[in-house]
Amino acid sequence: MSTSGPEPVRHHTLSVLVENQPGVLQRVANLFSRRGYNIYSLAVAPTDDEKFSRITIVVDVESSPLEQITKQLFKLINVVKISELAPHESVERELLLATVRAEPGIRSQVIELVQLFEGRIVDVGRDVVTVMLAGTPQKIDDFEELLRPYGIEELQRTGRVALPKLDRQAPRLRSVSGKVG
Amino acid sequence: MHMNGGQALIKSLELEGVEVMFGLPGGAILPVYDPIIDSPIRHILVRHEQGAGHMAEGYAHATGRPGVCMVTSGPAATNVVTPLCDAYMDSIPLVCITGQVPLASIGSDAFQECDTTGITMSVTKHNYLVTSAQDIPRIVREAFHIATTGRPGPVLIDVPKDIVDPKNPRSAMDWYWPETLDLPGYKPNTKGHPRMIKEAAKMILAAERPVIYAGGGILKARAAEVLRALAELTGIHVVTTLMARGAFPDRHPLCLGMPGMHGNYTAITAMQEADLLIALGSRFDDRVTGKVDGFAPDAKIIHVDIDPAELGKVRRPDVPIVGDCRLVIEEIVRAVNDLGTDAQPDQGPWKSRISGWQEKYPLTYDQTFDDGGPLKPQYVIEQLRDSTPDDTIVVSGVGQHQMWTSQYWRFDHPYTWVNSGGLGTMGFAVPAAIGAKVGRPDKMVWAVDGDGCFQMTAQELVTASSERIPIKVAILNNAYLGMVRQWQEMFYEERYSEVYLSPDLPDYVKWAEAMGCVGMRVESPEEVQPAIDKANSIDDRPVVIDFRTDSSEKVYPMVAAGLTNSQVTVDPSQGEGGR
Repeated sequence: MSTSGPEPVRHHTLSVLVENQPGVLQRVANLFSRRGYNIYSLAVAPTDDEKFSRITIVVDVESSPLEQITKQLFKLINVVKISELAPHESVERELLLATVRAEPGIRSQVIELVQLFEGRIVDVGRDVVTVMLAGTPQKIDDFEELLRPYGIEELQRTGRVALPKLDRQAPRLRSVSGKVG
Repeated sequence: MHMNGGQALIKSLELEGVEVMFGLPGGAILPVYDPIIDSPIRHILVRHEQGAGHMAEGYAHATGRPGVCMVTSGPAATNVVTPLCDAYMDSIPLVCITGQVPLASIGSDAFQECDTTGITMSVTKHNYLVTSAQDIPRIVREAFHIATTGRPGPVLIDVPKDIVDPKNPRSAMDWYWPETLDLPGYKPNTKGHPRMIKEAAKMILAAERPVIYAGGGILKARAAEVLRALAELTGIHVVTTLMARGAFPDRHPLCLGMPGMHGNYTAITAMQEADLLIALGSRFDDRVTGKVDGFAPDAKIIHVDIDPAELGKVRRPDVPIVGDCRLVIEEIVRAVNDLGTDAQPDQGPWKSRISGWQEKYPLTYDQTFDDGGPLKPQYVIEQLRDSTPDDTIVVSGVGQHQMWTSQYWRFDHPYTWVNSGGLGTMGFAVPAAIGAKVGRPDKMVWAVDGDGCFQMTAQELVTASSERIPIKVAILNNAYLGMVRQWQEMFYEERYSEVYLSPDLPDYVKWAEAMGCVGMRVESPEEVQPAIDKANSIDDRPVVIDFRTDSSEKVYPMVAAGLTNSQVTVDPSQGEGGR
């Protein structure tokens, strides 16, 4: 998964607001498989309005044009709104949990790595630790790469969630733009 | 007012204006069948659930109103999957109600349980699993609204038994009828963008070789009249796709007929040579475009469709317009009138090329009247066409007979052609004809069917006999799965694998009679006319004619799969064809 250097954008993030009804996720997943679109990751969570949920889907835009994917998705009756989040116009985060070999002799190295990445140790066993890291997908990739030599026993990533980057020219932010730089 | 869920369901259908429904009862849907006895809705009892679905489709095709079918759970629900998919592909408004095991049993592999909403998710515009009797009126209203607006399509309502069974407390509900709908994610855009409409009008007036590419959406939008106004105002020729036959009258001098894989040479070639295609309610189906890369290479595209996802799906339009075909065409006509047609380029050279193709490559076949010469299927269709009223509704199955009927019939009125285009469902004709006749009892309804197709759904003629629905069926019996045979002859070196059906087994006349129909057999060209006349005179029961036609007859013209529309194979008697 690890990538380095600039490359053409193959992933695109769709933030999909859906009615909070049974089977909605199945409809979305079903549409992707039926039309031959590839999903890289998918995350679902309730929104502040209990009538709606938000599905964040990272799609492979090489499998099909993004425009066609969003149009087909929007035909689902329960899909209320779709926002396209291009990587350079959005804030993306992902969470990783991993259980890593950490025998007493090398445990300190693992802890150092976690600290370097500003992650956390969330559980400790006799020979293993479970670590947690939230960050950009790129950072998570790098972390995973560096953990691997120690021996990963189990690993779980959430798939990314994203929101649009705030437009600094927007009136409500203009007053603070000086501070933000 | 207190009511049970079953009563509420039937009452909701009544309030939606349902006059007839097609179905077959069973365990899970039993409680909904009880109130039908007291309802003014006519229920037609089918012999197989697939028949119920196709009848509802035929009804919708012929009337423009949503077709309604109702079946039980499990195997009945899986039996309607084919009609649902057919309706989804051809954008037919349909509401299908299925029974389901009680809520508490869902997921337990109960008797006749299946995951109906899961199975039908990809073949319906939307579907519902009802979980409370109180939701029934709202869901029925939403279902009809979704099925009939925007791009029409099938909607399924899965109804667990306990919420409709009066013996179960879960079925209790307080009656209401929702005045408004709350569908935040469903707001079809019907009005075209004014700037795009103006752009389209300019492009139309600047084109030297324009063609209107009219699809089934014209019929769905009730836009046949305004299409004619646009064609006559601008003098632009019209091709009508398989789903749009009748949307523009075949007798009109601007009508070029059907394009596509088995379209006529002129319709195919005019599109191919055009400098502007005005696609109205059509979707650039692969059977129309041939190899997409080589399709209409010089044409700019104006694409009007109610479904935004169709714009750019296959071919990127120069002017995309999302909207209802009727409203958008009305606006285009207005815009063209505003700009005036004075500056339109001279279409004379283009029109003379078109008439040249028409003269050189008309549809053709060769019927001999010598003793023992085989009966040609096209001859049967022409005789049938010429001895029936010109507003006769013609229904077909799928295959060679379908292509010949579309080619040789003369469709002068909208809603007189009913067939399965997108899904290509063999066996569609008999049940769809029954549905069409139920919807339009004032019209003569002829099904033109193949022998292979007929055997798939013929049992519905029992339904037609017992319900006194006098449809007429012409079987073009060539003893083969003819279209498959044609491909094996042309592309598999005449290696005929599993396509022979026998002309005599079954005996179609006896079979028809056993189902309460009048059965006839025709073996020579001389017998064709008398048999049709006799069939036309019978109006109290269905009629089936077994026409024994030439097995080796092939459908021409043909654009073979994978080729571009510049590579048309015409009838061998017309030479090499092409240009």
